[in-house]
Amino acid sequence: MTIQEALFNYCLRLGDNSLILSQRLSEWTSHGPFLEEDLALTNIALDMLGQSKSLLDYAGKVEGAGRMEDDLAYFRTEREFYNTLLVEQPNGDYAKTIVRQFLMDAFDLYFYQELTKSKDATLAAIAAKSVKEITYHLRHSSSWVERFGDGTEESHERVQNGLNELWRYTGELFEMNEVDALLIKEGIAVDLTTIQPKWEKTVREVIARSTLKLPEQSFMQSGSRKAVHTEHLGFILAEMQHLARMHPNAKW
Amino acid sequence: MENTNFEVVFEDKLQRNEMIEPKDWMPDNYRKHLIRQISQHAHSEIIGMLPEGNWISRAPSLRAKMVLLAKVQDEGGHGLYLYTAAETLGISRDELLDALHTGKAKYSSIFNYPTLTWADIGAVGWLVDGAAIMNQVMLQRTSYGPYSRAMIRICKEESFHQRQGYEIMCHLAFGTPAQKQMAQDALNRWWWPTLMMFGPTDDKSPNSANAVKWKIKRESNDQLRQRFVNQTISQTEYLGLTIPDKDLKWNEERQAYDFGTPDWTEFENVIKGNGPCNKERITARVKAHTEGAWVREAAQAFADKRKESAVAA
Amino acid sequence: MSNTKDTQGPIWEVFLQRKSGQPFVHCGSLHAFDKEMALQNARDLYTRRGEGTAIWVVLSSAIVSSSPEDIGPFFEPANDKVYRHPTFYQIPEGVKHI
Repeated sequence: MTIQEALFNYCLRLGDNSLILSQRLSEWTSHGPFLEEDLALTNIALDMLGQSKSLLDYAGKVEGAGRMEDDLAYFRTEREFYNTLLVEQPNGDYAKTIVRQFLMDAFDLYFYQELTKSKDATLAAIAAKSVKEITYHLRHSSSWVERFGDGTEESHERVQNGLNELWRYTGELFEMNEVDALLIKEGIAVDLTTIQPKWEKTVREVIARSTLKLPEQSFMQSGSRKAVHTEHLGFILAEMQHLARMHPNAKW
Repeated sequence: MENTNFEVVFEDKLQRNEMIEPKDWMPDNYRKHLIRQISQHAHSEIIGMLPEGNWISRAPSLRAKMVLLAKVQDEGGHGLYLYTAAETLGISRDELLDALHTGKAKYSSIFNYPTLTWADIGAVGWLVDGAAIMNQVMLQRTSYGPYSRAMIRICKEESFHQRQGYEIMCHLAFGTPAQKQMAQDALNRWWWPTLMMFGPTDDKSPNSANAVKWKIKRESNDQLRQRFVNQTISQTEYLGLTIPDKDLKWNEERQAYDFGTPDWTEFENVIKGNGPCNKERITARVKAHTEGAWVREAAQAFADKRKESAVAA
Repeated sequence: MSNTKDTQGPIWEVFLQRKSGQPFVHCGSLHAFDKEMALQNARDLYTRRGEGTAIWVVLSSAIVSSSPEDIGPFFEPANDKVYRHPTFYQIPEGVKHI
């Protein structure tokens, strides 16, 4: 694997995370639990969509085969997407959506903070912009985890269920492969072992403050680094890509 | 106070084009009219999120997705500004939503039509938002302060909506034959419902007279409708599309376009709840509200606990 | 500024400072259940187009306002206090920087 190939894959990984999570979040737009929160969640979806545009645009440039952001978003198949399994999980109730967001925000914050030091200037610049956005996202999602955890009995149960269901997808966040090894050596990628303790600390603190329990289950699902996904991704892509694929030569 | 005749003070203010503020005395009918009109307007924004929100997940490019997401979000914001304006008149958001959910309150009939293709997103932005803007620009000068301030904010934000719709129409009209056909089809389906958005003709509009007298509205339904038609023709010609009205022609004497009569029977039917999507729209709103109940309860419980612990500490 | 109870949380008034050093200006209202939420909602609702650098939120019910009846006694007495304005005073020609 060349550095260029590794970097292309790395950009897809990050860009797909933002794209798929944004797609999931925007399912809530106009269906939120109350108007103010509807708008708040849509803001987060917009930030993530913006991140994915920058990252996929850069991926296309790194690849150098003339593919643009839309080619990569709309004309890749289920086995060519590299987003982590966590982000493609269905929204469920609002508690599950919030837990998924919280787990990802905490990861993204520490990840992008590190990525600002990347020797790749484009990635470092995207990271610098993203850190500000994600800092706010984490503030939003963690305050909701706390409200649910220490709210009513029902909300406590719902948020705990969400946490239990999604926990098995968190191990994968820190998996590294040949791509990481190669790019870490070049000073481009983030060594995920350095951010795992920070992520765990934040997650533990918020969970404790929210009177919730850390799930005991230890088996972790895996697959996205090899583009092997849960069944959900196929449906997301079918919906997202159908119109673009029906008119492959069209401009929008 | 040397003058205790509130009605005279109220009328004087209107005469001098001064704004009425929440604490000012106002006739009951003025208050009722405002609550009805502002809440209808708010409901229209919120219901209006649904037909467009439909296409967020399917938008054919990332740019188009981003723009649509921002636009639908704006509509939510506009609904919110308007609800809070209505709330200054002594009605709660719960009461306002309840009226919507139980069918007591109306909203713009246009949103009971389905968005079947991507071109509908273009047509809605271009035509529906275009028509809405005519009304909104006028309402910036409405006589009730909070309503006027909400409208000024809305108009500022709304200005990109019609442009994004027209941009989509441009891409389609100058795109592949399939795209152009999609654009014409959308225009065919949205043209008449858009003209009906301005409401019944002046001689059949029961609330218009009071609204104009109280300076809540400053132009009549027919005046606004005519202005919209006049403005839209050249935009359509540029796209190379055809407006589905064989009576449409320039009238030199009036310096305005003559146009055909919308199907008012259809209008009445949609208003009565028999439009293609009336049931779906309300069902979706009720579902979101009902399923959100535990979220709101949790937030309230959390806030109450924190208040107690703050007092204890 | 309504005080009607509902399940949407209390109403808050939002004040925005557009640029550093400028006064905070009322820009609208919203519903929120607690202070942090009120602040976040204000940010998400009223600064989507980069309109602000700082936010105040205050419970609507905490605002004390004058009444329309107060207009006369409150504000008219100030109308004839011309000596509070610099144009009231005559300065000889040629005197500068005053």
